[in-house]
Amino acid sequence: MITAVIALASLALLAGLGLALAARVFAVEVDPRVEAIEEALPGVNCGACGLPGCAELAKRIAEGKAEVDACPVGGDGVAHSIAEIIGRVFEGGGAKNVALVLCGGDDSVAVRRFYYNGIYDCNSAVLLFGGDKACSYGCLGLETCAGVCPFGAIDMLPGGLAVVDPEKCTGCTKCVAACPKGIIKMVPYEKKVHILCSSHDKGGRVRKICKVGCIACQRCVKEAPEGSITMDENLAVIDYAKDVPEEVAGVCPMNTIVTQVLGREKRTGEAAPVAAGGEA
Amino acid sequence: MARKGFFGGVHPIYNKELASDLAIEVMPLPEKLVVHFTQNLGAPPEPVVEKGSEVKKGQLIAKATGFVSAPVHAPTSGVIKSIDLYPHPVGTDMPAAVIIPDGKDEWLEGCDMERDTGDLEPEAIKQMIHEGGLVGMGGASFPTHVKLSPPEDKPIDLLVLNGAECEPYLTADHRLMLEHAEGILEGADLFARVLGVQRVIVAIEKNKPDAIEAMRGAVRERKGFSVEPLDVVYPQGAEKQLIFTLSRRRVPAGGLPMDVGVLVQNIGTAFAAYEAVRFARPLLQRIVTVTGSAIGQPKNVLARVGATFEDIVRFCGGIKGDTGKVISGGPMMGVAQYSLDTSVTKGTSGIVLLARDEIPQFVNDACIRCGRCVTVCPMGLNPSALSIFIERMQFDDAGEYNVNDCIECGCCAYVCPSKRPLVQHFRRAKAELRNKQRKAG
Amino acid sequence: MNEKTSEKQEEKTPKKEAAAGPRFLVSSSPHLHDGQSIAGIMKLVIVALLPASLFSIYIFGLHALRVIVIAVASALIFEALSQRIMRRPVRIKDYSAALTGLLLALNLPATSPWWLIIVGSFFAIVVAKQIYGGLGYNPFNPALVGRVVLLISFPVQMTARWVSPSRWGMDAVTTATPLGRISECLLSQGRIDLNLTQQEWFDLLLGNRAGCLGEVSVVLLLAGGIFLIAKRVISWHTPVVFIGTVWILTGVFHLVDPSRYADPSFHVVTGGLFIGAFFMATDYVTSPITGKGMLIFGAGCGLITVVIRLFGAYPEGVSFAILLMNAVTPLIDRYVKPKVFGAEKRKAAA
Repeated sequence: MITAVIALASLALLAGLGLALAARVFAVEVDPRVEAIEEALPGVNCGACGLPGCAELAKRIAEGKAEVDACPVGGDGVAHSIAEIIGRVFEGGGAKNVALVLCGGDDSVAVRRFYYNGIYDCNSAVLLFGGDKACSYGCLGLETCAGVCPFGAIDMLPGGLAVVDPEKCTGCTKCVAACPKGIIKMVPYEKKVHILCSSHDKGGRVRKICKVGCIACQRCVKEAPEGSITMDENLAVIDYAKDVPEEVAGVCPMNTIVTQVLGREKRTGEAAPVAAGGEA
Repeated sequence: MARKGFFGGVHPIYNKELASDLAIEVMPLPEKLVVHFTQNLGAPPEPVVEKGSEVKKGQLIAKATGFVSAPVHAPTSGVIKSIDLYPHPVGTDMPAAVIIPDGKDEWLEGCDMERDTGDLEPEAIKQMIHEGGLVGMGGASFPTHVKLSPPEDKPIDLLVLNGAECEPYLTADHRLMLEHAEGILEGADLFARVLGVQRVIVAIEKNKPDAIEAMRGAVRERKGFSVEPLDVVYPQGAEKQLIFTLSRRRVPAGGLPMDVGVLVQNIGTAFAAYEAVRFARPLLQRIVTVTGSAIGQPKNVLARVGATFEDIVRFCGGIKGDTGKVISGGPMMGVAQYSLDTSVTKGTSGIVLLARDEIPQFVNDACIRCGRCVTVCPMGLNPSALSIFIERMQFDDAGEYNVNDCIECGCCAYVCPSKRPLVQHFRRAKAELRNKQRKAG
Repeated sequence: MNEKTSEKQEEKTPKKEAAAGPRFLVSSSPHLHDGQSIAGIMKLVIVALLPASLFSIYIFGLHALRVIVIAVASALIFEALSQRIMRRPVRIKDYSAALTGLLLALNLPATSPWWLIIVGSFFAIVVAKQIYGGLGYNPFNPALVGRVVLLISFPVQMTARWVSPSRWGMDAVTTATPLGRISECLLSQGRIDLNLTQQEWFDLLLGNRAGCLGEVSVVLLLAGGIFLIAKRVISWHTPVVFIGTVWILTGVFHLVDPSRYADPSFHVVTGGLFIGAFFMATDYVTSPITGKGMLIFGAGCGLITVVIRLFGAYPEGVSFAILLMNAVTPLIDRYVKPKVFGAEKRKAAA
């Protein structure tokens, strides 16, 4: 029994010494700031910064290879904290961008050409004639974007239309890449007037397949301040660098222009059915 | 000597009796023809007519662009009403010319005249085939003159005429062999002369005994020609599997039949070659088997290219009952259509209308790794593992597991108890890999 | 993605809508299906197990029925509950839980107390299957996990209370299983004394012996197994190689020293070998997907079974062998792939 105790104790001692030696010999120089920066970062590992994770970004920032505001998800708050850690001054305020699905065509207003039976994923559905929506630019509503969003910011309306909650959106842009139709765009958070359509089809065709599609009548172009709305091949497009007053939404005969996204209010002063969680 | 040869395959219920005994019926000229320009694999041809042009039957309306391209001709005489985007049976809307027939069905000067083919040089034959707008009529629509031009270092010693018609429901090739055996073999002879091949095998599945007899009769005196009956299994008519069954040669993965000295042509293409070379008639019509439980009267229709599905279906008694699917081609590899406004192309071998209650629905349950898909895959792939990778978006792994070797025959999804849409998964993966390669440069 | 997929799929099945003209169904090819389903396959396996199950009721009496009923019922309930709690579609109609329950029952002695069965069922369905994601995601054979957990946790209830077959009611003549007997013999005497008469061998074959519900009638299990192979539900590879390996290896040892090692024909019909080889080692989810892989799997199972039986502490090794090989299955599938047509002469990627 004594032998056993001595044997084990010596083994333990040996192992302990070995570990201590290894810890010294093989030590890696770690910048202590890296851990602090990593703490400050959101820690979601969403990849929006373009790097494989928060740890990598922390390392790069400490090395001076990345900016303190490289994390779009963290925004200004995190940029400030990181700036403090590395002893720099952060001059704040890039505008926050959020994602927006530029389509208003749920099943109550947009036509589907066939019954789709297959993989519940937009990228797979487009293999079949570009998807079941009659409008080739329309949202297919198979939740692929909602699935990739690490923050749960995308909801599906009951009629198969994706909607981004601008409060939850952090601007990581993962949904933009996931949409096979390319109809999710990044827009400034402060801007509230949007044209919810991506169709370049001629007006006559749009009328047949969607009740809220842009028919290129150009009334909004005339009503809005000069140059703030322009036409891009049968589609009205807002220049977010300029200001578009809310009243412009009222002139659209198709209710394509909205002033509140999640609440689905189409015109100022006229409340449309409000989706879950939207503000009235 | 009937053989199967390759590993895998399935035995679906064929239902060919719905149309196999029906003689080919010529469809009267419809009120309009929507002739697509893109009817071939490779570069689409360029239109040479415009709105308002008057055309004669057989007149060129789109010329080939480059080598891998096939010209398109007017299927009848008339006026071009418009050139616009129209539904295409294989994919998204494509440009097509709408021709309003004038009812006279007048051939262009120089077409539709018998000529002696005995002295023709191989190059001349190939030129006539090219000018005739010939493409593979088995469905792939590869320009025939390109197929007949293998490079110098790939000598061909065997020509296979594919009369297998392994898809369920389809009987177009069957009827063609019964009613035009001589013409088919004349066309095959032309191919053989172009290639300098001595040996020609006509492959026919055993479920067409009358066709086998008819072709055997026609082959009797031709040297080097033989008819081989094959075991009935799907996809016996798939190129690589067919070549293996007949000659035990394996086409290398990623390669072509010419890599093993073989060329395969559909018997319909052979017949079209006969028409084009002997009679100067460009390819502008084909046999389309219209069948299924949801069609009024099944028929083997000789339809002009450009005839809309709507018109053909009406000619065949209209839709019966609650239609679920309208399939262009056969039910294993064909494309389900969303509109009857689409029209016949050179590769449309059939229109199968299935009733709603007999259509299987994909459910995409979890893979239970039962292995049935592995057992039936004729290309020796592992569809189960591939589908799991693809669900997890691991497309590179799918590529490593050879998803690009998939011939999309559908055997795996046919047997999957979890009703997974496997072919759709693979097409998704192939598209992703292609995109990645394109981005990489 | 899966559960949501199939759920949403059901929601999206065509409804009668007032649309202009018929709207067709569009899916990727193929547009035909051979009609087989998960439920269909499970039902066939249950049918194949019926003869052995019914026989066990005949031979062990109503207690056997009790075990089967409690096992199947609790399996179904646990599956429905766990799927509900995890917010997945409830899929007990695919019969996979029912089958697991039946297999678990057949791996238990007729004297099992009701709570034992329920604990086993819980581990089989909830821990070994649902926690991993449900059908298709479990790495280990659920019924075997249940049995092994019970074997290790409640060894007394699982191994010492065998009863001799008798019709109605338990003449609790506690006896040992045949394998148990020889291992006791070895321990106490250093040799086995096993001169089986013709009659005794037939008893083993037909099932007139002590053991778990499902291990007793080798003949009926074999019939069920052949039925499944004929119906193409399972393939011959695993069972043949598993049993063959056991036969050969025990044969070798028996030849070397017949006083310590029983002869192969004894080993092959005792323990849960037949039920293991035909019904547990062939479980789709946890065994290799290629034929060659199945051969390796079967051989591995056989080898481990023999090692445990002859040199291990347990008299019976089939359950552990299969579970250990389940762990190796992903490795086997990684390196044993089907041969791609024409791959030997693959052209360089363009």
